Amino acid sequence: MKRALGLLWMALGPLAIWHLTATALDQITLKPTLDTKIQWGVFVGVFVPIAIGLVIFGYYAFRGEYDQLPSKSDDL
Amino acid sequence: MNGATIQDQPITTGIRKVIWASSLGTLIEWYDFYIFGSLATVIATQFFPKSDPTAALLSVLATFAAGFIVRPFGALVFGRIGDIVGRKYTFLLTLIIMGGSTFCIGLVPSYETIGFAAPIIVLVLRLLQGLALGGEYGGAATYVAEHAPPGRRGFYTSWIQTTATLGLFVSLGVILITRHILDSDPATSIAKFNDWGWRIPFLVSIVLVGVSVYIRLKMHESPLFAKLKSEGKTSTNPLKESFGRKRNLKMVLLALFGATMGQGVVWYTGQFYAQSFLENTCKLDFDQSRTILIWAILFATPFFVVFGAWSDRIGRKWIMLAGMALAVCTYRPLFRAMEQATALPDRWPMAGGSTHQEELQPLASGHALRISTDAFDFANGIHVVGVTTDTLFQHRPHSRSKYTATITKQVPSGTYWKLVGIVFLLILYVTMVYGPIAAFLVELFPTRIRYTSMSLPYHIGNGVFGGLTPFIATLLTTLHMGDRLVGLWYPILIAGASCVIGAVYLGGRIDNDVHDRSL
Repeated sequence: MKRALGLLWMALGPLAIWHLTATALDQITLKPTLDTKIQWGVFVGVFVPIAIGLVIFGYYAFRGEYDQLPSKSDDL
Repeated sequence: MNGATIQDQPITTGIRKVIWASSLGTLIEWYDFYIFGSLATVIATQFFPKSDPTAALLSVLATFAAGFIVRPFGALVFGRIGDIVGRKYTFLLTLIIMGGSTFCIGLVPSYETIGFAAPIIVLVLRLLQGLALGGEYGGAATYVAEHAPPGRRGFYTSWIQTTATLGLFVSLGVILITRHILDSDPATSIAKFNDWGWRIPFLVSIVLVGVSVYIRLKMHESPLFAKLKSEGKTSTNPLKESFGRKRNLKMVLLALFGATMGQGVVWYTGQFYAQSFLENTCKLDFDQSRTILIWAILFATPFFVVFGAWSDRIGRKWIMLAGMALAVCTYRPLFRAMEQATALPDRWPMAGGSTHQEELQPLASGHALRISTDAFDFANGIHVVGVTTDTLFQHRPHSRSKYTATITKQVPSGTYWKLVGIVFLLILYVTMVYGPIAAFLVELFPTRIRYTSMSLPYHIGNGVFGGLTPFIATLLTTLHMGDRLVGLWYPILIAGASCVIGAVYLGGRIDNDVHDRSL
């Protein structure tokens, strides 16, 4: 289950980036003020790296990296 | 020593001092950070006039950049320093930066006095506040956790967890008191507050910071870090070790997506979106919406310690996930109950009739500003005040300019306490997800890179996912006008996803040994 869900997280990352970018472009087109551009620029700039992080998380899950977690912080 | 014996141990004087010194400083940092947000409207009129587009632009930057970009950046900068130089000096530095910035905001002359320099100075100071906050929490949590004995880490760090909520409590209290003590006439007092009194909460900060710095200076370095340093085993590049190595990076990602992301949205929905909802959607008056939050915080805060201590016995994971699951399942019914409790029963007043007052204020142009105040009492005890402002032209007294109208409601005692109860439940969820999370994060990472590794997921979870909650929720409300609760789908979806990831991937262990003995 952990590995199978990894595929879902990997797929969610690009989906989130596409949805966010499309919404940002729509909103900026609807109201092309500086406020809107900054607001959506910050949203896209901050969430895209997080979505990439979700893809990496999904990849690790798919590869079985979370099958056995370290039993204590010392093991890291 | 078994767990039960350890948990029955009394708090020693030494650890009490550690908790007190760390918590006081962190509380003051949260206070400093919140007063800017709470006074955003007043600050905007003083420093960011809408008539100047550049000043308005700086206002947007101050709002967004401080919370969402600078906080995680501060986590990286100060986390690195904390893992190389030490915990004590790093969170001392963040406290001084935060206190100094806050005090200086209270001293900056207005836009009217020094022009364009004013918003630039305020923006820089606000960014420094965000930077300092990004470095403070990880240091304080790590410092306390590294002093705590095994089996009591959740309980000891939960005192740090109370500070974010208490910081909000103190900031709301100081603002409310200051608004009402500047003059015997309430309206004049509020006018004075909006003119110059808003500076008082900022200036007060320097006294609090001075006391906290004095207390923290007397503290010793964390024993675990001091041992690591004396043995020459500290990290030389904590950023690379934290995020460049797969075995640690995977835990950072798990902490973010399986815990802090959900915790952040639950926290901001319970404490900030609830207040915004009461004020903007339910149209509750300023004082009532804030005192409701103050009472709810007062009743709920002890539960941070309750859940922190409980997590020492049953583990951190399921308490945090239960808080997220409860939020997902009950947010819409609870917010709907708030909406219904403040709804007007009928279009027309049913009891006590209505009053109408008009005031004409002459303008320099020869025209006059007309302020009409209408008050209605409804059968369910709700008192509504509507204020309409328009301009009467000198030569055309019957024509009106575009007018502005505001409505505020005051609810009767029964409804008031019902709302306190609902907000209490929302903050109770916050205590479930937030109480154990410091111990959880500390136990996830090794001492040599703990400050850096735990700070980043914490501040992305809280600063980005949590901090954006009011904006995204409000944005959703404007995009889908038919459903006033549509904004709740953002925290529900994020908390739901985090709950699933946490349930599937997180271990339920409590790491009794964060001392990294092999080092």
